[in-house]
Amino acid sequence: MKDIFVLMEHRRGELRDISLEMLCGASQLGGNVVAVLLGSGVDSFAEKAAGYADKVLYVDDPMFENYNSEAYQKALSALIKEHQPGLVLIGNTAQGVDMAPALAVELGAPLVTDIIALEMEGDKPKPTRQFYGGKLNAHMTLKDAGMYILTVREATFQVGEPTKSGEIVKVENPVKEEITYRKFVEYVEPEVGEVDITQSTMLVGVGRGIREDKNLPIVEELAKVLGADLAASRAVVDAGWLPPDRQVGISGKTVKPKLYLAVGISGAFQHVTGMKGSELIVAINKDPDAPIFSIADYGIVDDLFKVVPKLTEKIKELKGA
Amino acid sequence: MNMIVCVKRVPDTAESEVHIDASGRDIDKSRLSFGINECDNYAVEEAIQIKEKLGGKVTVISLGGKENDEVIRMALAKGGDDAIRLDDPAFAGSDGFAVAKALAAAIKDLEYDIVFTGALADDDGYAVVPVALAELLGVPHATYVKDLEILEDGKRARVGRELEGGLMEYLEIELPCVLGIQTGINEPRYASFKGIKQAAKKEIVVKSAADLGLDPSEVGEAGSWAILEKFSVPEVGEMAEILQGDPEETAAKLAQILKEKGLI
Ligand SMILES: Cc1cc2nc3c(=O)[nH]c(=O)nc-3n(C[C@H](O)[C@H](O)[C@H](O)COP(=O)(O)OP(=O)(O)OC[C@H]3O[C@@H](n4cnc5c(N)ncnc54)[C@H](O)[C@@H]3O)c2cc1C
Ligand SMILES: Nc1ncnc2c1ncn2[C@@H]1O[C@H](COP(=O)(O)O)[C@@H](O)[C@H]1O
Repeated sequence: MKDIFVLMEHRRGELRDISLEMLCGASQLGGNVVAVLLGSGVDSFAEKAAGYADKVLYVDDPMFENYNSEAYQKALSALIKEHQPGLVLIGNTAQGVDMAPALAVELGAPLVTDIIALEMEGDKPKPTRQFYGGKLNAHMTLKDAGMYILTVREATFQVGEPTKSGEIVKVENPVKEEITYRKFVEYVEPEVGEVDITQSTMLVGVGRGIREDKNLPIVEELAKVLGADLAASRAVVDAGWLPPDRQVGISGKTVKPKLYLAVGISGAFQHVTGMKGSELIVAINKDPDAPIFSIADYGIVDDLFKVVPKLTEKIKELKGA
Repeated sequence: MNMIVCVKRVPDTAESEVHIDASGRDIDKSRLSFGINECDNYAVEEAIQIKEKLGGKVTVISLGGKENDEVIRMALAKGGDDAIRLDDPAFAGSDGFAVAKALAAAIKDLEYDIVFTGALADDDGYAVVPVALAELLGVPHATYVKDLEILEDGKRARVGRELEGGLMEYLEIELPCVLGIQTGINEPRYASFKGIKQAAKKEIVVKSAADLGLDPSEVGEAGSWAILEKFSVPEVGEMAEILQGDPEETAAKLAQILKEKGLI
């Protein structure tokens, strides 16, 4: 089997979890695992990756201090042409999504994005991904080719103990010219609000099921009697019903409260990623097939407008007693 | 600014049951409602706001059957100027790459400063089209765009991409370019009654694969990177314990559980 290239992802001085996850996943497939690291002065990442890879290809150049998909694409395509791997794994992250399709078009390599499971049939990957917000799994068959590219959803593979000690090979930056048509400018931190939901003991998470912001008082009332803070899905934040600092999920906050009560939230993986570590998860949703029920401990399948006021009432009673 | 907005018509599956059909490769769509893909709605709004500020034209493009006209007309009603629909039996089964090829063939001869797409389609979730399309057109791109400002010379844009944790990555990019728009970048408007009436009269130009100079082998399943072999219902580990009864009973049971866990 040909080599497997795994792109190391890092941001602001941190090697991101997806990098080691993919190295561990790749190790189960058979074939040499090559960690490809594009960075500037990130020797410690190279060493870390070496514990999980048979080889680390390391391009150390100021060009790669911050992520630029154009520079990444150029470097990767040069390294791929030179080393001819059979499979390339890239994180299905904000970085990976911004580059992988262009790389695939350039190299004429079949790409499947956002995979959640992977088997091999000889040299050919047989990935599984999801459709309809996680309601169905789709089993994909790739076109025959010499090389395939997959982007991998975070937490698809578990990180184990480092068992390898791959050779770290520093290679010259194959990208010679400066890229002028797309330039990194700066990072801007999300705004901090009045409540830090990552510190809350209990959260009532509100989703699009609430329909309109004028319905918010019913969940506010519930949160109040519980002594919980309000959190939200992205849909609620996009609509402007609750401020961005309340958003839970992949592009919001990761929370681990004692109780997460999801009200009218479908349970898209981008949301679930941010709250699945909660101690007790309860979901109220009228759709029995809502993915949120597969990670919740308790569920109520019903209309939230009927259940939530009753729940508030019952909690008041128990508190009074 | 001349702008192109790619819009997809998708079923609303967030609130309805999804059933795999007899082929095993599609879903039963007979009882689903359809509408514009969520982030495409924001893409349309972004294009129209730029037009209102800087002038120019907005062309709406959608690949799909006649039923897509409804989605196209809604974008026209909000301020789009003209529209193209790419329609051919040969497009059936297209993945993101094959869709991008058809869109690129339709766009390459148009004059544009920015091509807008959504960041990701709600049905297939590929997040492939914007970035593949840019590569096919040979122009720069950015996706997951949640902030956009056209810089004074009109030749560059300052673009904010939303990363994990809500961190924004700002970059400067040359026009023409392709931008994949993320939800939340603006507040999409509703179409006015007048707009809807005017849009009803507008022509939607329909183009086939042949009109676009595409061979059937380049599009549809034949021209895709991957085909969908079959759907399956995800295996759920341990499902939630569903509390039974009317709201009075379920609420009482839940309150009791929370009490037992020491949460109230
Ligand atoms: C790059 C990227 C990043 C993202 N990041 C995030 C993130 O950080 N956080 C996040 O939350 N999402 C994120 N998303 C969006 C995510 O994919 C979903 O679109 C979003 O989580 C949906 O929010 P929701 O569950 O509130 O709405 P929907 O999916 O629309 O679900 C609404 C739910 O309410 C239920 N409902 C409706 N009416 C009632 C009623 N009367 N009673 C009971 N139940 C009812 C429905 O059955 C449905 O399950 C991201 C998406 C992308 C592409
Ligand atoms: N059939 C289509 N017609 C027009 N635009 C599309 C179509 N499919 C995808 N797109 C555009 O590409 C974006 C990303 O789609 P995808 O790569 O499938 O996730 C969507 O938000 C649309 O803007």
